[in-house]
Amino acid sequence: MTAITATSQKAPISSLATIRTKADLAGITLAIILTLAVIVPLLVVALWAFSEVWRYPHLLPQQFGLRFWNQTLSRDDVWDALGLSLRLSTVVVAVAAVICLPASYAFSRMRFFGRDTLFLSFLAAHAFPKFGLLVTIAAIFLRLDLIGTFWGVALIQLVNILMFMIWIPVAAFQAIDKRMEEAARDVGAGPLRVFWSITLPQAAPTIIAALLLSFVTTFYETDGAWLIGAPEIRTTPVLMIGFINNEMVIQYGAVLSVLLWVPSAIALIFARRFIGGDAFARGFGG
Amino acid sequence: MAVLKIENVSKIFQGGTTAVDDLSLEVSDGELVCLLGPSGSGKSTLLRMVGGFERPTQGKIFIDEADITDQWPERRPTAMVFQSHALWSHMNVFKNVAFGLRLRGLPAAEIRQNVEGVLEMVGLAGYGKRMIHQLSGGQQQRVALARSLVLEPKILLLDEPFASLDQHLRERLREEVRDIQQRLKITTLFVTHGQDEALSMADRIVVMRDGRTEQIGRPDAVYRKPLTPFVAGFIGTMNLVEGQVMRGAFTRAGIRVPLPVADGPATLAVRPEALDLIAAEPGQAQVHRITDFGTHGIVDLELSDGTRLKSMATQPNALRPGQGVDLVPRALTVYRESREIYRDVHD
Repeated sequence: MTAITATSQKAPISSLATIRTKADLAGITLAIILTLAVIVPLLVVALWAFSEVWRYPHLLPQQFGLRFWNQTLSRDDVWDALGLSLRLSTVVVAVAAVICLPASYAFSRMRFFGRDTLFLSFLAAHAFPKFGLLVTIAAIFLRLDLIGTFWGVALIQLVNILMFMIWIPVAAFQAIDKRMEEAARDVGAGPLRVFWSITLPQAAPTIIAALLLSFVTTFYETDGAWLIGAPEIRTTPVLMIGFINNEMVIQYGAVLSVLLWVPSAIALIFARRFIGGDAFARGFGG
Repeated sequence: MAVLKIENVSKIFQGGTTAVDDLSLEVSDGELVCLLGPSGSGKSTLLRMVGGFERPTQGKIFIDEADITDQWPERRPTAMVFQSHALWSHMNVFKNVAFGLRLRGLPAAEIRQNVEGVLEMVGLAGYGKRMIHQLSGGQQQRVALARSLVLEPKILLLDEPFASLDQHLRERLREEVRDIQQRLKITTLFVTHGQDEALSMADRIVVMRDGRTEQIGRPDAVYRKPLTPFVAGFIGTMNLVEGQVMRGAFTRAGIRVPLPVADGPATLAVRPEALDLIAAEPGQAQVHRITDFGTHGIVDLELSDGTRLKSMATQPNALRPGQGVDLVPRALTVYRESREIYRDVHD
């Protein structure tokens, strides 16, 4: 009896191990392909940024140096664009937080007429070809004298991140056990105190994840910034595209591109250190 | 301390579901009353109405004669221990317990003294700096209890607090909670669907069904003198046999029990421990299975129509499966139309 049980148990375990090995191999292969697809272009850009001479048919640059870094960083328009991008991203994310966080709480905890329709409407900006939407908005902005202004670009970028700033916090608020809030009421906290001391701290990791995602998205956004902001408002990515398109020397664009990695790298390090991947997963319903 | 009075309270949810139906109850000072019933019987809704998390559709709730029916939860002199513990995972143990005291604006030194005192009482002295995820399920439940007790509430509300714990821990914690409740003489309303919990902890048990009380009484009375077949079947193990009373005897598939009641349909209720067996061939029933628990055995019996009964035997090995037996009830209750019509207790 014992022997039969042992044999019948071994078979599924060994077959499970085989499946896992197969899955691991497939996973490793996929990871390698994805890594190559992501890393190789980045590596090429980084090599260009630090190369002074790189001619065909050489596989690697013939001469490395910081000449183009010095030249790029000595340009006023680069620093202006960097400052503008940081200001713009901060303002857009702050305004989005003020509007979207209370709205998210309402979506997650209240029942009102048209709730589901309104909630789905935040997908609209991402459900249709974006450029068509941008052109339509640009036509409206033209009449409102918002073209080429800081607030014009801020508004268009706000539209871009509404979905993240509504959907992710809604998921965060919905994931909180209502009993926790009731327990706080039970020991004497009013509704505002409950929100401040219990709900918000519980949802904070996921909300910070949404803020970071929105900040990085806004920082790198080009379509809206170019269509609404040009020619007066030039964010760093718009300037980079200009360098790539108009400059004969590839290195200017490459240097600016590497510079643009900095904010997302900081955001990612911050996210890994303080939030953890589960907050992102929770935000997307995981 | 405090007296809780629930007067003709009903709760009808949106959609028309009646969770609690015209229920009245008084819990005396220092008494522990268990609300016992199956899922959907309205016991948790009633507890939540006392805590202020649900508003009664009708009726009034009083604590020490003060009407609290329309008071917000934060204004009520009640404290609830939730089934899911509902501890705040972003705070450590000390902050969880101290939160309510801080809201009351107590000085830091007094808060520290009170929190440390209550943590010691629940057996968690020195655990203040631990985060919630570093605690076991039992320890988390103690923190939840400490968080409620530190506020010295007039009424303690326990909503299936041990449901998520394993059997061994559940038994230990319920003894500890009962000890603390009796030491503090705190008026307590306790929701459970576990009859063992209710029988071992309660001063009185309220058996609920479909939002109404089926029976209110001391645990021994509810166990020994169930007023309805529902209570008889819900508390402990009970043999409930539907049959007919004809010419002074209850009959069903070979059983015949003389009864001094009028003819008509009836339900016979006999506890396994009150059902003696006498070997007989062919007998009124056949032994189907014998389960030996060491201290006693449970004999599963089968009537000729397939109805199953249980009998508790002190010497189960004297019987064997397939053997015929006659049934001799030492104590029985007879119900008709869900009401008791006859009770006979020989011993």
